[in-house]
Amino acid sequence: MNILISNGRVVDPANRTDAVQNVYVAGGKIVALGRAPDGFTAERTIDASGLVVAPGFIDLAARLREPGYEYRATLESEMEAAMAGGVTSLAIPPDTDPALDEPGLVEMLTYRAKKLNRAHIYPVGALTIGLEGERLSEMAELVEAGCVAFSQANVPLVDNTVLMRALQYAATFGFRVWLQPLAPFLSQVGHAHDGEVATRLGLSGIPVAAETVALYTYLELARLTGARLHITRLSSAAGLALIDQARAEGMDVSCDVSINHVHLCDMDIGYFNSNCHLVPPLRSQRDREALARGLAEGRINALCSDHTPVDDDAKQTPFSESEPGATGLELLLPLTLKWADRAGLALLDGLARITSDAAKIVGITKAGHLSVGARADVCVFDPDAHVTITREGLRSQGKNTPFLGMELPGKVRYTLVEGQVMYGLSEQQKVQSP
Amino acid sequence: MRNPQLNQHGELQHLLTLDGLPRNILNAILDTAAPFTEVAEREVKKLPLLRGKSVFNLFFENSTRTRTTFEIAAKRLSADVVNLNINTSSAAKGESLLDTVDNLCAMQADMFVVRHAASGAPMLIAQHLQNTGRDHIHVVNAGDGRHAHPTQGLLDMYTIRHFKKDFTNLTVAIVGDVLHSRVARSQIAALTTLGVPEVRVIGPRTLLPTEVERLGVRVFHDMREGLKDVDVVMMLRLQNERMNGALLPTPQEYYKIWGLTAEKLALARPDAIVMHPGPMNRGVEIDSAVADGAQAVILPQVTFGIAVRMAVMSMLGSR
Repeated sequence: MNILISNGRVVDPANRTDAVQNVYVAGGKIVALGRAPDGFTAERTIDASGLVVAPGFIDLAARLREPGYEYRATLESEMEAAMAGGVTSLAIPPDTDPALDEPGLVEMLTYRAKKLNRAHIYPVGALTIGLEGERLSEMAELVEAGCVAFSQANVPLVDNTVLMRALQYAATFGFRVWLQPLAPFLSQVGHAHDGEVATRLGLSGIPVAAETVALYTYLELARLTGARLHITRLSSAAGLALIDQARAEGMDVSCDVSINHVHLCDMDIGYFNSNCHLVPPLRSQRDREALARGLAEGRINALCSDHTPVDDDAKQTPFSESEPGATGLELLLPLTLKWADRAGLALLDGLARITSDAAKIVGITKAGHLSVGARADVCVFDPDAHVTITREGLRSQGKNTPFLGMELPGKVRYTLVEGQVMYGLSEQQKVQSP
Repeated sequence: MRNPQLNQHGELQHLLTLDGLPRNILNAILDTAAPFTEVAEREVKKLPLLRGKSVFNLFFENSTRTRTTFEIAAKRLSADVVNLNINTSSAAKGESLLDTVDNLCAMQADMFVVRHAASGAPMLIAQHLQNTGRDHIHVVNAGDGRHAHPTQGLLDMYTIRHFKKDFTNLTVAIVGDVLHSRVARSQIAALTTLGVPEVRVIGPRTLLPTEVERLGVRVFHDMREGLKDVDVVMMLRLQNERMNGALLPTPQEYYKIWGLTAEKLALARPDAIVMHPGPMNRGVEIDSAVADGAQAVILPQVTFGIAVRMAVMSMLGSR
C-alpha cells in the first residue's frame, strides 16, 4: 500500500534530520521524503500535523516470555504492547524456558513472530547451554537461525574459564557478546541496593561490587580474547566509570541502561513496592544521576525497556519473595522523552538512543532510520500529549511497573511496520486522549 | 506516600514499624501501657476491652516467647485468640500469603498478629486490607525478617523509661548483630524519635548494615570504647547459624571481643542497665554473671512486654 505521512515533524537521528516534511511509503519501504516520487498516488494519507514522525523504536531487551512462561505473557500480547509503544524491533534475551540455546527454538520463535506480522524480532542466543555456564552453545548455527548476539541474560556465569572460552569462541566469528555485569554470589545475596534504604527496610543488600567485580572480569577477558563486548543494563556510577576507563584505553565496548534505572532509585521502593524489585537493583540517587548524564553524553549508548512481564501472583508477595522485573515496552517512548527533557537534550538526540544508536548495537542496518530505501518502520507520536499509566491502559499482559499512576509525556498515534499500519488511534480515541 | 500504618487522621491503624512513627504516638502507647502493668498484680487479671474480638496469631516463623506474650496480652483484654503456626519453607509454597489472609478474614478476624521471615510481609497484608476496603481489621507486626519488631522496641522503651525516666539525657549502646536484627532497627527508630541524644551500635563490620550511621547512630567496633559512660546497654541475640562462617569465625572469638562481661560493663556508668530481647546465648554474647547480675533488667522487660502489647492491641482494637 502506498502511504503518505503528511506534514509531520520528521525526526530522524541517523540522518540528523529534524524538519517538517512528507514521508512517502511504498512496497514496505520509504520511497521519498519531502516531494512525492513520480507517479506516487497515496492510497492512505496519515495527517501528521503537529506530530513527530520517527523511525520505529529498537528495544535492546524485551522478554516476550515464549517459550515457557506463557502464563506471564504471550507473543500475541507483547507484540500488541510493542505496537502500542511504537517499538518495531525487539532484541529478545535468551532466558526463556527452555533457554534460546538451540537453532530449532530460535527458528520457531522467529517463525511465530513473523506469522504475527508485528515487530521484527532479533533473538539473542544463549552463550551456554541452558544458561548453565558449562557448555558452549552452537553459536554459528544459532546465528544462521537468526541470533544477533549471545548472552547469559541475568544468569551469572560462575566459571571464568568457561566465560573466557565462550568469548574466544564468539570472537572467532566476530559475534557480539552481551553480558549483564552480575558477579556470581555477590549479586545473589540480596534483593535491593546495599545502602540506606535496604538497611532501613531490612532487605538484604546487593553491593555495587556485584557490578564492578563482574565488569573488571568481563573487560579483562574481552581484552584477552578480542571479543566484541556489549554491557547490558548498567546500574551504577562506578560501573559506568569502568566502561569509561576501558574506552579511554582504546577498547571498543558499548553499553546500555534501562528506562527504570535512569528514572528511579532505591528510595522509590518506599514501603516495599515489589514493582521496584528489579535486576540489577535500583541503586542510589547519585547512581541514577550518573546514568542519566552518561546516557545524555553518549557514554551509555542506548536506552532500553528491559521489558519483563511478571504476573500479579508473583508480585503480590513480600518484596524479597517477589519475582523481579517490570513491564516496559509501552513506556520506552514516554520515559525516553521524559529523560531527554530533563537532560536538556534535543528530541533528535534523545530519540537516537532508542533508534540509530540501538540499531548499531543490534547490527540493524535496514531500519532505525528514515532514509530512502529503508524499511518503513515508523512511529508517529504526539510529543505534547500526556498519558497516565494505568493497569487497564497497558496492552502488555504484565501490568506491573513502578510507573503506575504517573503521568508521562508522549502518545503513540500510529505504528508502521514494513509500510503497514499496525497500530493507529482512531479520531475518536484521539479526542478522548488527555 | 502515606505511612501505611496511620489512617487519614494520623491515628494508628496498624502497628508495622517504629520507623517514621511520630513521638506522640510512641508516648501514647507507653502511657497506655503503664496502668496495664498493674493488671498483672491483681487477682483477676482480665479487662473487657477486647471482649468479643478475635485475634489471630499468624506465625509463619517459629516463635514461642513472642507468640505466648501476645496470647497472654490478648486474653487479658478478653479477646478470643486463635493461634496459627504456618511453617513455610520457601521451596514448598502452597497457599499464597494473601490467600491465607483472605480466608482468615472470612472467619471474622478483627486483628492479625503477624510474624514472617520476609521483611515487609505485615505491611503487604496491611496494604492488601486497605486496598480491599477492610479497614476494620488491624495488623500488628510481631517481627518481620530483618525489618522491624515494633512491640519489642516499644517494650524496650518502656523499660528504659521505667528505670531512667527521661530519654533526653541518655547514651544508649546496641551491641552485636545489628545486620540481621529487626529488634535493633526498631530500637534505633524509637530511641532516635524519643530524643535520645546518642545511640551507639557496636559490633564487627560484618554484622553492621551498610550506611547504618544514616539511621542516626554512632558506629563503634571496639567494645570498650563503645561502652564508655553509657546509661543503657542493649544486647542483641546472635543466631547460631551465623556463628561459624563468613560473618564470624567462631563464637569463642566473638565472645572474647564483643561478649558482655562484668569487666567490660564496668566501663559503662555505674547505674547502667543491661537489656536483652531473649533468648540469650550465655557465654556467646553475654556472660552469665552479667545476665543474672544486679544491672540486668531482662526479666522486667518480659513483664513489661505483656503490658505494652496490651496497650497496642487495645488502642487498635477499640477503635
